Amino acid sequence: MDAVNGMVTAAYIAASALFIRSLGGLANPETAREGNFQGMVGMGLAVGATALLLPREALPVLGVVVVAGLAIGSTLAQRVAMTSMPQLVAILHSFVGLAAALVGYASQLGGEVPAGAEGVIHAVALYVGVFVGAVTFTGSVVAWGKLEGKIGSKPLMLPGRHALNAALVLVVLGMLVPYAMNPAAGLAYLVAMTVIGCFIGWHMVMAIGGADMPVVVSMLNSYSGWAAAADGFLLQNDLLIVTGALVGSSGAILSYIMCKAMARSFWSVILGGFGTEEGAAPAAATGPVGDPIATDIETLVNELKEAQSVVIVPGYGMAVAQAQHPVCTLTKKLRARGCEVRFAIHPVAGRLPGHMNVLLAEANLPYDLVLEMDEINDDFPETDVVLVIGANDIVNPGAIDDPSSPIYGMPVLHAWEAARVVVFKRGKGAGYAGVENPLFLRDCTRMLYGDAKKSVDALLAGLGE
Amino acid sequence: MRIGVVREQWQGERRVAATPDTVGKLRAMGFDVVIEAGCGASASFSDAAFEAAGATVADPLDADIVLGVRPFPVSLAQRARAGQVWIAHFWPAQRTEELAVWAATGATVVAMDQVPRITRAQKLDALSSQANLVGYRAIIEAATQFGRFFPGQVTAAGKVVPAKVLVIGAGVAGLAAIGAARSLGAIVRAFDTRPIGEQIQSMGAEFLEVKIAEDGDGGGGYAKEMSPAFIAAEMALFLEQAREVDVIVTTALIPGKRAPILVTEEAVRAMRPGSVVVDLAAEMGGNCALTTPGGVADVGGVKIVGYTDMASRMAEQASQLYGVNLCHLIDDMGKAEKFSVDMGDEVVRPMTVCHDGAVTWPPPPSAVKPAAPVAKPAPAPAAAPAPTSKPKAKKKSGGHGHSSAPAAPRSTMAMMTLPAAGLMLLALGPFAPAAFLSHLLVFVLAVFIGWQVVWNVTPALHTPLMSVTNAISGIILVGGMAAMAATTGPEGYQPFSPTNIVASIAILLAMINVGGGFLVTKRMLGMFRREA
Repeated sequence: MDAVNGMVTAAYIAASALFIRSLGGLANPETAREGNFQGMVGMGLAVGATALLLPREALPVLGVVVVAGLAIGSTLAQRVAMTSMPQLVAILHSFVGLAAALVGYASQLGGEVPAGAEGVIHAVALYVGVFVGAVTFTGSVVAWGKLEGKIGSKPLMLPGRHALNAALVLVVLGMLVPYAMNPAAGLAYLVAMTVIGCFIGWHMVMAIGGADMPVVVSMLNSYSGWAAAADGFLLQNDLLIVTGALVGSSGAILSYIMCKAMARSFWSVILGGFGTEEGAAPAAATGPVGDPIATDIETLVNELKEAQSVVIVPGYGMAVAQAQHPVCTLTKKLRARGCEVRFAIHPVAGRLPGHMNVLLAEANLPYDLVLEMDEINDDFPETDVVLVIGANDIVNPGAIDDPSSPIYGMPVLHAWEAARVVVFKRGKGAGYAGVENPLFLRDCTRMLYGDAKKSVDALLAGLGE
Repeated sequence: MRIGVVREQWQGERRVAATPDTVGKLRAMGFDVVIEAGCGASASFSDAAFEAAGATVADPLDADIVLGVRPFPVSLAQRARAGQVWIAHFWPAQRTEELAVWAATGATVVAMDQVPRITRAQKLDALSSQANLVGYRAIIEAATQFGRFFPGQVTAAGKVVPAKVLVIGAGVAGLAAIGAARSLGAIVRAFDTRPIGEQIQSMGAEFLEVKIAEDGDGGGGYAKEMSPAFIAAEMALFLEQAREVDVIVTTALIPGKRAPILVTEEAVRAMRPGSVVVDLAAEMGGNCALTTPGGVADVGGVKIVGYTDMASRMAEQASQLYGVNLCHLIDDMGKAEKFSVDMGDEVVRPMTVCHDGAVTWPPPPSAVKPAAPVAKPAPAPAAAPAPTSKPKAKKKSGGHGHSSAPAAPRSTMAMMTLPAAGLMLLALGPFAPAAFLSHLLVFVLAVFIGWQVVWNVTPALHTPLMSVTNAISGIILVGGMAAMAATTGPEGYQPFSPTNIVASIAILLAMINVGGGFLVTKRMLGMFRREA
C-alpha cells in the first residue's frame, strides 16, 4: 500500500506542476494550446492515480460516472455557440460548486471524524467547503439565468438586503460552533447552513445588474476554487489544495481586473444594485439635451471609402446580433482598400473577460489587429472613422467629464476624439448600466439604427460595388 | 513655481520657446511666467502680447524652469543652480563636454531632441513638430526659386505641364513635403530605404523602389546606412530621376553622422536649368554634393537651396508648435503643483541629460522600453516619427498597458498578506497539528504561485483562462473519489451507501466540467491565429 501511496503522491506532484504550467501557457496565444493540453494530461494523471486508491469493486461505477460526465461535458462544449460562452462558463461553475458541496456531504455521511484539534479542523473545512460550494452553486445558476435572459437582468432589491445578508452570515457562523463541537451529530446544522448558503448565493447575484456579470462570473470562478481548496483541507489532499488555490487566485485576479476597468471597488459590485441608485436619476435629467443625428448606409459607405484609418469598438450588442463574421469581412475589405483597420477592446466589453477577443478570433480575425484600451486610446485623434458596434457605456465621455454620472471615473475608450463616430444601435435606449450617453449628442457622432448584423451586411454590399 | 522664457542667442534663430497662447496654457497649469524682453520679437510676438497673456518681463534665468529652443549657450550655465530645470534642445551626442559643465551646476537639463519615439510621447515630440514645418517650408522655398507653375493647367495662353517633385527620405519632413507639393498640384515621387511605401502612397506620391531587397530601418524612426550595392543602385535611380524631375527635396539624416551624399554633382548637372534642389540636410553637411549650407547655390542654372533655418523662416508657427510640445511635457511632469523630474518615467528619463549633479545621458536602454510581461519584447513602433502613420498593429496583444497594473496590487497583496499570514501561523503554531500546518503551507504557496502566473495571462485570453480554470476546478472529483476511498470500511465496498451515492454524483458533475472546460478551451484557442 505504501508503494501505491508513493505513486499517487508523485502523480499529484506532476499534476500540480502541469496545472501551473497550463495557466502559465495562457500568457500567450502561441503557447496557450500547449497549456490546455498540459491541463488535460494533469487531470488524467490525477484521476488515474486516485483510482488506484479505490477498492477494485468501485472501479466500474467510477468508469461509468467518468465516461458519462465526459460525454455530457463534451457535448455541451461542442454545441455551444461562441456568443453563449458566458452562459456555459457560468453553468459549469454551478456544477463545481454543487460537486464541492456534495463532497463535503459524502464525507459527513462517511462518519469518521478524527479526534481533538484535527477533528475541529476537519469540521471547519467541511463546513466552509459546503458553504462556499452552496453559494457558488445557486449564484452560478442565477448568473447563468441572467446571461441566458431567463431571469431579468435588473437587480433585485429586497428591502434591507444588506442587513439580511449580514444576519444570515452571522447565523451561519453561529451554527459552526455547535457543529464543530460534535460534527458526527451535526447533519441538521449542515443542512440548515446549506439552505442558507443557497439563499445567500441566489440573493447576492440577483441583486447584481446584468452589466456586472463579468465580475460575478469570475468571482464565482474564484469561489469554486476556494471550495475545492477547503475540501482539500477536509480530505488532507494537497492536490485539491493546490488546484483550488490556483483557481481561486485566478478568479480573484480577473475580478480585480474587471473592477479596476470599471473604476469601482469589488464591494460596490458585489453588494449590487448598480445603476438604480438615486444618484442616477438626476444625472440623466440634467444631462445634455438634444436628439442624436441619424445617418444612413450610403453616407457611411462613402465615409469609409475616404477613410485612411478606422477603429472598430465592439460590444455585447455585436455578440447578440451575431455580427462578428460580417464585421471581420468588412475589415478585410477595408484593409484591401489600403485602409488601416484595428479593433479597440475595452476590458469589460461583453459578458466575460476577453469575450470580444474570443468572438473576433472565431470569425478568423488575426489577433494582432485587436488592441487593448491602453494601446489604442492615444490614437483616436488620428482616426478617421470609429465604428461603435453594440457598445455603449465603454465609450461614454460622461465617465471622464461628468462627475454626476454613475460611471464617472471608469476608464473608457476615447472614441469621441476621432473625426467621425458612427454608433450602431438597435434602439434609442440607454446602455446596460442604464446611463445616458452624451457621446450620441456629440457633433462628430452619427447614429445608425437597426440590427448590427443587417447594418454591416448592407455596408458590405455598399462597399462591394 | 515660475517659468522663464529666454531670448534665443543663436545667430539667425527667430523662434521662441513660448507664445502668448502657450503662456496662457502654462498659467492655467498654475505657473507664473517671466519672459526675457524681446524674446518673441522675431517671431512676431510683442512683449505687450505676452503681458496681455499674463507673463511679466523680467530675468528668466532666476525661474524654477527655464525654457529655450536652441541649446543654451554654455555661458548661461554659471546662472544655473541645483533644483532648477532647463529645457531646450541639447544634442548631447555632439556636446559631451558642455554636458559635464551643466551637470556640475546641479541643475536638471531636459533635452527636447531626446524624446523617446513611443506613442505616449508623440505629443511632445519637438523634432517631429518642427520637421513637419520644415518639410512644408522646403516646398515653399522650392516654389519661390522655381520659375514655373507647380500645378498643370490648360489656359487660353497655352498648356502648362505640372511640375515633377522628387522627395528623398520620407520621414516626417519628407511626408510633409510630399503633402505640400501635392496640394500645390505637382506630381510627386518619393524614395526611402525603409519599406514605407504605404505611407508615401497615402500622401499621394508615387513610391520609387530600388530592386534590391534590403530593409533600411535603423530603429528609432531613422534609416540606417545601406550596403554598397544598394547605394550604387540608389544613385543610378536618382541620376535617372534627376533628368526628369524639376524639384528634388532631400531629407536624409543618419543620427550622429554626416548626412549621406545622395545627389551627386553629375546628377545636378543632369537636371534641366531652372530646376531646384532643396537640401534639408544642409546643416549636417548636405545630401547634395554642391550644397552651400545657409545659402542658395546656382550650378549651371540649377538652384540648390541649403538654408539651415527653415523652421525659423516660419518662426511664428514653429514657436507655437514647439511651445505646445513644451506644455505637454510640463503637463506630464506634474504641472505646477506636483512638478517633479521623475527618473522612473519612460518619457522623462531618456530626455533628462543632467540630473542631481550627474550626467544622465545616454539613458540606460531598459528605461526606454516598457517592461513587457511577454517573453518577446514588442517591436518599437518604427513609424512613430511619421505623423500620418499610426503605430502598426504589430504590437503583441498582451501589451504594456497591462504590465504596469500588476505591480501595485502585487505589492499591496504581499504587504497585507504576509504579516497577516505570519500572525495567524504564530497563533496556530502551538495548537494545530503538524499535518494541518504543512497543508496550510502548500495552500499559501499555491495562492502565491497562482497570483504570479495568472497576472501574465494576456487579457485577450481571459475567457479561455476562465474555461481552463473551470476545467481544472473539476479536480474536485478527486475529492469525491477520496471520500469514496476513505469510507470503504471493513465490510468492503458498498455501492449504495449514502456516501458513495453522493460522491458518485459529485464525480459525475465534476467530470462534466472537466470534459466541457477543456474541450471548449481547445475550441476557442484553435480560433486564435496570427495574421498570416
